[in-house]
Parts: sequence; structure tokens; C-alpha cells
Amino acid sequence: MKLSKKLKLRMLEQMLLTRYFEEKVDELFAKGLIHGTTHLSIGEEAMAAGPVNALKADDFMAITHRGHGSCIAKGADINIMMAELMGKETGYCKGKGGSIHVANLEEGNLGANGIVGGGIPIATGAALAQKMQNTGKIVLCFFGDGASNEGTFHESLNMASIWQLPIVYVCVNNMYGMSTCIDDVCPTNNISDRASAYQMEGITIDGNDVLEMFEVTNNAVIKARKGQGPTLIEGLTYRWKGHSKSDANLYRTREEIEEWKKKCPIKRFQTYLIEQKIMSEEEIKKMEESSLETIERAVEFAEQSPYPSLDALEEDLYAY
Amino acid sequence: MEEITYGQAVRDAMREELQRDENVFLMGEDIGVYGGAFGITFGMIDEFGPDRVRDTPISEAAIVGAGVGAAMVGMRPIVEIMFSDFLTLASDQIMNQAAKIHYMLGGKAKVPLVVRTPGGSGTGAAAQHSQSLEALFAHIPGLKVVMPSSPYDVKGLLKTAIRDDNPVVFFEHKLLYSKKGEVPDTDYTVPFGEAEIKRSGSDITVFATSIMVHRALEAAEQLANENISVEVIDPKTLVPLDTETIVKSVIKTGRLMIVQEACKRGGFASEVVAEVVESEAFGYLDAPITRVAGKNIPIPYSKKLEAAAVPQVEDIVKAVKEELLQ
Repeated sequence: MKLSKKLKLRMLEQMLLTRYFEEKVDELFAKGLIHGTTHLSIGEEAMAAGPVNALKADDFMAITHRGHGSCIAKGADINIMMAELMGKETGYCKGKGGSIHVANLEEGNLGANGIVGGGIPIATGAALAQKMQNTGKIVLCFFGDGASNEGTFHESLNMASIWQLPIVYVCVNNMYGMSTCIDDVCPTNNISDRASAYQMEGITIDGNDVLEMFEVTNNAVIKARKGQGPTLIEGLTYRWKGHSKSDANLYRTREEIEEWKKKCPIKRFQTYLIEQKIMSEEEIKKMEESSLETIERAVEFAEQSPYPSLDALEEDLYAY
Repeated sequence: MEEITYGQAVRDAMREELQRDENVFLMGEDIGVYGGAFGITFGMIDEFGPDRVRDTPISEAAIVGAGVGAAMVGMRPIVEIMFSDFLTLASDQIMNQAAKIHYMLGGKAKVPLVVRTPGGSGTGAAAQHSQSLEALFAHIPGLKVVMPSSPYDVKGLLKTAIRDDNPVVFFEHKLLYSKKGEVPDTDYTVPFGEAEIKRSGSDITVFATSIMVHRALEAAEQLANENISVEVIDPKTLVPLDTETIVKSVIKTGRLMIVQEACKRGGFASEVVAEVVESEAFGYLDAPITRVAGKNIPIPYSKKLEAAAVPQVEDIVKAVKEELLQ
């Protein structure tokens, strides 16, 4: 499949925005301007930009606690995201959700989830609704390697298969569920092998290759849209940072981390774009600079935004 | 008005809502041809088809979770959990997802989901099929919790639940399914948060839920022969709770007893006690408040033991008399 230049540029920009957004979040966290916790996906950017760009604007996705990149790829406003992380009233959830609950149904984003595997049945139900209402829309469901050991994963894949739901499951296999290596807690070679138990196609691919992530997801999306059922795609990737803010990286070696940094999905994609003469080095530099500016503007917007008023404390408990 | 059973009233409410709104559908284990473990959905698959009366795998977390997801994108699912004990298998989806989504997302998403489930003991089904777990769910902000006691109420409350934009945990009682009562043919709803004084009285207020409303009424009838006047209040919904009606009643009678089937410790009765002692009714109390509740044990199998584990009519009669002596 031949991808347009426009799409490739868009994917690179989203990956850069994600990288800079999260580096900034890391910095703001250290300064105490962002509190609580936050889960960074630095090193995994292709796993968001690739699959999400295979969706149409009105398709849905459910994401994980490490979901900043998917939000950005689905068209989230960076200012509003940053405001949410800073706990501001102007944030996506009016400051009530924080980093792990960024959602926007208007953009088809069913939300990140603080419970590992918690979003899988929700995405499956959203897909059931698409099928029942015959909308032609599909659902993309992200989860991590760790979540594939939750009951909800198995219950949901089974359900999606028997009902042939329009859903694509994308497993972001970054090798570790917090500190636990997936090899120690999963008996099959690949997580995608588990799809066969549900008579579902399962594919394992290089999660640091944004083009491959796009293409494989796109094929699965086309299949789902045709009513030919769900697919499980596993992307192999790696998170450079710790699980969350308290991680001392005791469970993996510096060498392993450095080895994966050499496989940076952004650098790899940039090299491809230059080699294929799709972008010049100068154009890339310009995009990097403008992306950095976007993040700076987002910080400014978030910093200038007010905190929620205490009057909002008990608001939005129930819908009326 | 026609007399129909509580079970029929549940079915009628669902049938009418499925006819009224194409976004409403049912999902659960064995609800299709089998008609559900208690026969409540019997025949509905013939009328509405297998898409809208959807049999599921035995996967409670995914059943409720799929309900949450479908609700978020515009459907109005009614999911049936075969026994309320099995809610525990879906507790993440109810407590961490459905309950919190609206608030956690700053009001951006709605979860119009009804989780229907039969609770209570009395069928010899023992410890894992007989519990009364309403307090667990009443404790979680964001849920509404309903416990209807009559055919009229169950139909009207279920319609309100289906039309509500929030997740509702709807506790039916197994022993009430065959109970008959008058139900009008017309489309009506029963509002949440409005308790009903099922029997007016002056000596003591008895607050009772679900099947205990009937036992309290029977006890009140017996006590009336001894010139004891009992007021029986049925809250109908625990969340939201109509404290005003309770407080007014206690101010009138000066005495309060709460009757619940659930085991005593940490039960909803304790919440009612707290509401009353924190209110202006406290100064009107002539005696300590009494909780008549299930024993703090799992429900046993053997008939005599099972009956002794939860309040019966005679327990209520005895407790009222003791309370009046204080």
C-alpha cells in the first residue's frame, strides 16, 4: 500500500509532539508542576501514531494508562491535554481525571483507563453498539502486554469473535508489566498466539516501525469494517522510562535500555523519510522546532489556566 | 387494574421500553430461549430477536463492561447478572468504570446502563447464590441503587432506571418474583429518591427494604391486633435516599427500627441510623434505634438455618415489642 506524503508527515509530527509532550511532562513533574503520577510512552511513539492513523475521524478508540500518544494521534488538543495533566479547569476532564483519564468522546476517544485491562470490555461493547446500529464505524482497543493476563482480555476477545465485532485489538508489548517481564508470565512465544484460542487472526510485528504498524492495522481495520471480525495485533516495543514516577529500573539493565534507544522509532522514521527523499533534514528540523513550540504554548496555556473552583468538587457525579 | 406478578412486571417494563426506544437492549447469560434463570425474559427473544435479547458467554466482567462501552456510545443496555452474588465478578466494571466515568471524565461521557440482578435468600441456594449486597454498591459514588418491593414499584422503577442517564444497580428479589399486585396498563414511572409510607402508624417507624417491606407489613398487621401502631417506610431506592420522609416519620413516632435482609455489619441499615442521628429527628428519639438484620454469616443451606439467618416476621414483631418497652 502506498501511503501519501501527507500521512507520513502527519505521523512524524504526532510522534514528535508525543515525544516532546512527554519530555516536558517529565520535566514539569520534576519541578512539581505536575503531581500524582504519569506514565510515559517515550520509545513507543510508533505504536500510537501507526494504528490510530488507520482510523477515520469518527471511529472510536480505547487507550491505556500510557496513552498520551494515542490521544495526540486521534487529534487531541495539546493545550487541553497539558491543562488536564496540570489539574486545570480547562483540561479535558476539567482537572478531575489527570494523565490516566484523558478522554474525549467527540474525538472518538473512549478514554484511558487506570485499571489494567479495564478498557478492553468497554471497547468491545462500543464495537457491539457499532454493529447493532450498523454505523460502519470501528473500534481500536489498546492494551499492554500485562493486560493480556487479565480475565477481561480473554472474555472480550472471545465475545468479539463469537459476535464478529468491528474491533481491532492492539497489544503494546513493551516487555514489562511494571517490573514483570512478559516472558516470565506468558507461556506462549507471542501474545498474538493467544488469538488462535478465539479463532481470531493474531499478528506480531515490529512496534517501532510506524509504517508497518499503520499498514497492518489498516488491513485489520478494513477487515473489521467489512464485517469480517476482529484481529489481534501485537507490536513489539520498549518504554525507555520507568513504569511510572517511582520506578528505579531495578528489573532491567542499562545495556538493555541503551540497546532499545538505538531502535528509536522516531529516528528510524526520520532516516527513512530522508533516504526516500520525502523530507529534507532541514524540513525535519523545522518540524521539530514547530512541535517544540506547540508544547511550549501548551505549557503556557496550562499555566495560565485556572484551577477548578471548589464549587466543582461535587459536580458531574451524575448526568442529568 | 390487573393483578400481575413482580416477575411479569419486570418483563413488561423491559418489553415496553424495548418497544419505545430502539437503543434499549438486553444482554446476559441464558436470557434468550431459556428465559433467564428465573424466567424473567422468557419469550422476549421471540418478540425482539437475538440481537436485542442477547445471550452471552459466562463472562460477567465482559457482559457489564460491554454494557458500559455500548452505553457510552449511545445505547441503553440492560444487562442481567444471573445472581447478585455474581456482581463480584463484574465489580471492576461496575465500581471502577461505570460508576466513575461521568465524574472522572469531567462530565463528558454518560453511562446509561442498568444492571438487573436478583438478590436475597430463601431458595435453598446457599452461600454463593443468596446474598444481599446492596450496601457494597450504595457505598460507591456515581451509582444509583434500587430495591423494589412490589410489582407496581418494580415496573415503574425499572422504567425510570432504563431512562436514567446513569448506571443503576437494580436489585430484584427472587422470592418476590411470584408475588402478585395491581399494576396499571398505562405507561407510568416511579421516581427515584421518593420513599413511600406503605402503612401509616404512630408508635414506631419501621424502615424496610425489598422483601423485608412485606415482612414488616405483616408484622405491623399482627401488632395492630395488640394496639401497636407501626409505620412502614419503603425507600425504594437506597441511592438516592429520601431521608426527609424518614426523618419526618421519626419525628412523628419517636422510634426507629430498620429491617434488612443483608448481614448487619456494614449494612445499609447503619447508614440510615447515621442519617437519622445526624438529623433534627435525633432529639425526638424516645429510645435507641434498632437494626433487625441478617446474621453476620454466609447464608447456610439447610432450611431451618437459612430461615434463621435473616429476619422473619416474628423477629420483627418481637423486636418492635422490645423496642416499645424501652
